[in-house]
Amino acid sequence: MMKFIKNSLFLALVVLASALSAQQVAPPESGTFILTNATIETITNGQQKGDILIQDGKIAQIGGNLSRPAGAKVVDCAGLTVYPGLIDSGTRLGLAEIGSISLTQDYNELGSVTPQMQALTAVNPSSVNIPVTRTNGITTVIAAPSGGRFPGTAALINLHGYTPDQMYAGFKAVVMNFPSTGRRGRWDRRSDEDIKKDEEKALKEITELWDDMAVYHRIDSVGGQPDYNPAMETLLPVYRGEAVLMVEANKAKDIESALKWIEEKGIKAILTGAAEGWRVADKIADSGIPVITGPILNTPTRSSDRFDKAYANAGLMQKAGVKVAIRTNETENVRNLPFNAGFAAAYGMGKEEALKAVTIVPAEIFGVSDQLGSIEVGKVANLFVTDGDPFETKTQVQHLFISGWKIPMENRHTLLYDEFLERSPGLTK
Amino acid sequence: MKKYTAITAILLFFGLSATAQVEKGSMLIKNATVLTVTDGTKSNTDILVENGKIKRIGSDLKARNAETIDATGMYVMPGIIDAHSHIAIDAVNEATNPVTAEVWVGDALNPMDIGIYRALAGGVTISHAMHGSANAVGGQCETIKHRWGTYDAEEIRMQGAPRTIKFALGENPMRVHGEGGGIKPRTRMGIEQVFRDAFNDALEYKKAWATYKSNPNSTPPEYSLRMETLGDIIDGEIIVHCHSYRADEIYMLLNVLEDFGVKRICFQHVNEGFKVAPELAEYGAMASVFSDWWAYKFEVYYSTAYNAAILTKNGVVTSINSDSGELIRHLYHEAAKTQRYGNLSDDEALSLITINPAKQLGIEDRVGSIEVGKEADLVIFKNHPLSIYAIPQKTIIDGVVYFDIDADADDMRVDISLDPEEKFDATFDYYEEGEDDRCMEGVFEFLFGTQE
Repeated sequence: MMKFIKNSLFLALVVLASALSAQQVAPPESGTFILTNATIETITNGQQKGDILIQDGKIAQIGGNLSRPAGAKVVDCAGLTVYPGLIDSGTRLGLAEIGSISLTQDYNELGSVTPQMQALTAVNPSSVNIPVTRTNGITTVIAAPSGGRFPGTAALINLHGYTPDQMYAGFKAVVMNFPSTGRRGRWDRRSDEDIKKDEEKALKEITELWDDMAVYHRIDSVGGQPDYNPAMETLLPVYRGEAVLMVEANKAKDIESALKWIEEKGIKAILTGAAEGWRVADKIADSGIPVITGPILNTPTRSSDRFDKAYANAGLMQKAGVKVAIRTNETENVRNLPFNAGFAAAYGMGKEEALKAVTIVPAEIFGVSDQLGSIEVGKVANLFVTDGDPFETKTQVQHLFISGWKIPMENRHTLLYDEFLERSPGLTK
Repeated sequence: MKKYTAITAILLFFGLSATAQVEKGSMLIKNATVLTVTDGTKSNTDILVENGKIKRIGSDLKARNAETIDATGMYVMPGIIDAHSHIAIDAVNEATNPVTAEVWVGDALNPMDIGIYRALAGGVTISHAMHGSANAVGGQCETIKHRWGTYDAEEIRMQGAPRTIKFALGENPMRVHGEGGGIKPRTRMGIEQVFRDAFNDALEYKKAWATYKSNPNSTPPEYSLRMETLGDIIDGEIIVHCHSYRADEIYMLLNVLEDFGVKRICFQHVNEGFKVAPELAEYGAMASVFSDWWAYKFEVYYSTAYNAAILTKNGVVTSINSDSGELIRHLYHEAAKTQRYGNLSDDEALSLITINPAKQLGIEDRVGSIEVGKEADLVIFKNHPLSIYAIPQKTIIDGVVYFDIDADADDMRVDISLDPEEKFDATFDYYEEGEDDRCMEGVFEFLFGTQE
């Protein structure tokens, strides 16, 4: 018997050791959860104290001393604060694994006009980057394709699920890189004449495409059968103003041209990037077009600009009346979203507005504010629990829920820490 | 074209003005919370600076003929030191040979790089301007003080700082020379032998000169700056800073260095340093790491943001570096990440960007902490520097204010009347995520005639 116990203990240790060295993150836990005695940062209804009941993936109840359904698992949140899951409005998460290895990168298909390329198709639910990201409280991101003029269709995803459809969070949009004018940097050695030519060519391309779209739209409207053209088929709802287009423009001049083009074509748009948005903030505000900006942790766009312009940009636009959401534009370090928001807060935006820029504002921009972006009854249970300000660098995230699943606070980085803090064997020759 | 003529004229003028006389200042900083790093935190404390040095630390200090800065409610920490940057140099990689110990980035210093000013605005007073990582034995590096506002390269050198040299392991030298040039090293085996060959050649060279000196009638050996430099490394006159990622290659270099008696080694990046932390500590090797960069290439896929914490807790002298003109602007925030990833104390976290990089550059007797007698390199912060809401207010080098947020111009153009036709608007330096690290700058132009 003793031998049996010894053997099973040994076996258990072997299993444990192999689980550790395999670096596999533990599976999430399902069920009904009740978060008790929490400080609740609802975003939309101020700060409250009490309990949150999570049932069937949704926030079922919020209030003081909620009754506990049979089988509900209690998560003691005394002294802790609950926040709605953070939303990163622009990333390549799940679309790229290792920066320098092209065969692990799925965000940039060949061709310039390929709006039919679906980011959601290529999102890898098992990407090692995903657990690394979500354990900092980021529950939802835009996974966006890039490169070319219309690189594809971006998708909003929750950071738990075994298939892209399980991760899909209810918003997709075609991405457009608005033609960029002028010199691209000191290494751009094109002549002034060539730059002007390239600019005219790019603008001509989108004008011609839209002329073609007009024909495609007319044929389709009268019940005709245009030739199979997946790009145009995907752009049709954009052309008709039924679907929103994410338009990337960063230079002040390009932003102005983009705003003009959007107005001329009568389409619905979100402006993304907007690195120099502060220079034309009033014009963006007048257009009523919302903005997704970032990374905040970035250098100014021009050598002559004050050092903090990239930090201050989001706040300057927001104060001018623009609806601003924040993105990291990152892949493996989307986990820095709260720090990007924190820098925006410190450099003029303020904590409250910066918190909205990574929760309810993107939810509104993406038309999913009935589901995401705040702690309200009936919304998806995307929440995280911290021991302090979620933007503060030293704050620890204690618990995490995505679509009602309790997600383990583990990722490759924590597993390596557990294994190597006190390595065994240590120093031997 | 006009602009270049003007710059050339300026360079010629200042080039003729001989050796730099570095400015030193005096000041009294009143009522600050002083984060000394080596002697704890002192509240309501004054710092008296005289002629560029910290003269006294205490309360109710008085200044004679010096400006007083009221720092009530503010934090003062030592000037931040970045042990790995590529700012202020016009050339990064001499990618023409796996061994280029003879070249020196100090020959290509650019004191007008806007990166210096941006680093100052993030409280960084000293950085280690490094050669790139294209070669196993790269060029020698330069420790600079961020004395922004000069045209004279001599003024930004940190006179008296020890010599340092860049080594590199892994993918970069393998890609450039093995894949790109078709010569050794193409593997991590090859890299080991490049070092062993270079050091053995240097020993032969030393022996040849010793023989010649003992017999002046014999033929002298051919002089080689490359061999001289490698010999200086063996003699302990140069600190090695080695670009590295994987645990196996780090372990390899420790063995090589031990065989040739090279003691002074600081591993750079060293993403898998945490796996061989006991070995690094035992050797006395140091580590300068990223706070959280990973997955940008295969050799950093098995990384952890807890690297700095694991190394620190295993007794390795560790720093957090930037290797980036962007990151260098918020190293105080990068250091704070070790509190999220590994629960380091405030003093441990601050050491990563002050006294520890000073040790790695061999300048810890002069800078890196707030102590009487040390050089007055200081940063005044609104909010604790490890807080996300920290904002550097003033950055001081040798008692002179080089960055002052209240006096900071919204438009940095020095003199727009120089050429009113110049289209500043035309240049847009927007940094795109996903660029290769600056360690490889210049390499792709060299290899393929294009900028990657």
